[in-house]
Amino acid sequence: MFDKLWEYLQFPFVRYALIVGILIALCSSLLGVTLVLKRFSFIGDGLSHVAFGAMAIASVANLTNQMIIVMPITVISAVLLLRTGQNSRIKGDAAIAMISVGALAFGYLLMNIFSTSSNLSGDVCSTLFGSTSMLTLRLSDVIVCAVISFIVIGVFLFFYNKIFAVTFDESFASAVGTRTKSYNLLLAIIIAVVIVTAMKLVGSLMISALIIFPALSAMRLFRSFKAVTVFSVILSVVCAVVGMVISILAGTPVGSTIVAVDVAAFLLCTVSGAVVSAVK
Amino acid sequence: MSMIEVKELELGYENRTILKNLSFSVNEGEYLCIVGENGSGKSTLMKTLLGLQKPVGGEIILGDGLRKNEIGYLPQQTIVQKDFPASVREIVLSGCQARCGLRPFYNREEKQLAEKNMERMGITKYAKRCYRDLSGGQQQRVLLARALCATRKILLLDEPVSGLDPVVTAEMYELIESLNKEGITIIMISHDISAAVCYASHILHIGKKIFFGTREEYMRSDTGKLFITREESAEDV
Repeated sequence: MFDKLWEYLQFPFVRYALIVGILIALCSSLLGVTLVLKRFSFIGDGLSHVAFGAMAIASVANLTNQMIIVMPITVISAVLLLRTGQNSRIKGDAAIAMISVGALAFGYLLMNIFSTSSNLSGDVCSTLFGSTSMLTLRLSDVIVCAVISFIVIGVFLFFYNKIFAVTFDESFASAVGTRTKSYNLLLAIIIAVVIVTAMKLVGSLMISALIIFPALSAMRLFRSFKAVTVFSVILSVVCAVVGMVISILAGTPVGSTIVAVDVAAFLLCTVSGAVVSAVK
Repeated sequence: MSMIEVKELELGYENRTILKNLSFSVNEGEYLCIVGENGSGKSTLMKTLLGLQKPVGGEIILGDGLRKNEIGYLPQQTIVQKDFPASVREIVLSGCQARCGLRPFYNREEKQLAEKNMERMGITKYAKRCYRDLSGGQQQRVLLARALCATRKILLLDEPVSGLDPVVTAEMYELIESLNKEGITIIMISHDISAAVCYASHILHIGKKIFFGTREEYMRSDTGKLFITREESAEDV
């Protein structure tokens, strides 16, 4: 088995896939804790559908660099979605449902009408489930992903205490002069960036899993914000590596294998969390 | 000059005015209790004082060198906090955030301040415990310690005893009174009129009729008499 793995690791695209996978797992889990606690779990889902719609526009327009369209559209949607969260006529969850389903339908429609590709359902499937795109990564993709990841990690570390404060108690934070609106905006932008980057790994339907599962698992076991954050990052990276190795060896689709491992880890954490509290 | 002076304030949401012609002032060391029926605008008033919401009209003047980010605030608990994984120390420390500005991490002075305030509230032994595992009264002490990290001068408390049992409620009131005796100005929203007339130095009653004055004046006034007797008769039933 190890021989086979070693053999695969000789291929540069397998190494690229592993690096990108680890980086994406790291970034997406960083924000998971905040999103889950702020009751924004579904925002990842909504935004990834928006990103899918944007991707459809980009491929119809035949752009070589799809990021130019996908990134700004997703960022703008994130900002709008987080803004409607507070007080508006359409409540937060309804707005997310509306936008995500709308974007999904619109994207598929566009691809169907204008697509020149001979394998339309294959294209759609790989955008949704991220099936093969992981293995077509080039060095430039890896570099872009690394740069984005370091920026996300840097921003998160720099604003860690502020993000905690804004997550725990927004009204207290703004009462003592923390600019909560700016931090919410910052969060929205980072989330969008992470999602667009992560689409490559698991496809747009399963990104939420990368964001929320590690956080939820960590919350079963740990009781301080720092411990939950650190553990969810470690867990997410471990699950991503295990998932990718399994998918390489067994020939399963990358995205869904990683998510399956995440689910298994969640169940494990839930059980051990229950055992620990029962023993206490 | 007073710490907070409110002139002809008009409160409301969007285009709907809830309250008009509200004027009062708070001096250093006073203990003001804001009472009134549900929906009379107590929480809106507090949010406006904190600058979380813009007044529809009128003005709020901060004096005595009080800056906007030097007001300690004890908000009502939110649903999010009920299952929030955070240790007591993390939460108390977050009261220092205004002192940091853009600096990403807390310095030693701020950490000491957090320790001191945990001690003051008698929660040092819970420092590493998870917030959601504490009792209601202990949680309020944590939030109070956090508010004290944000201020040396003035505390705004929004229904600090709601959901607490009578024994813990009494402890909470005594704790607040002791803070007031240490020189911290208190502004508190309360449903509990009997506690208000027991602890407060001044009372602001908002509703159809607005009353502002000292506790003694309130107990003699018509608004006060009406409210207090109604409260008592409600308790008798």
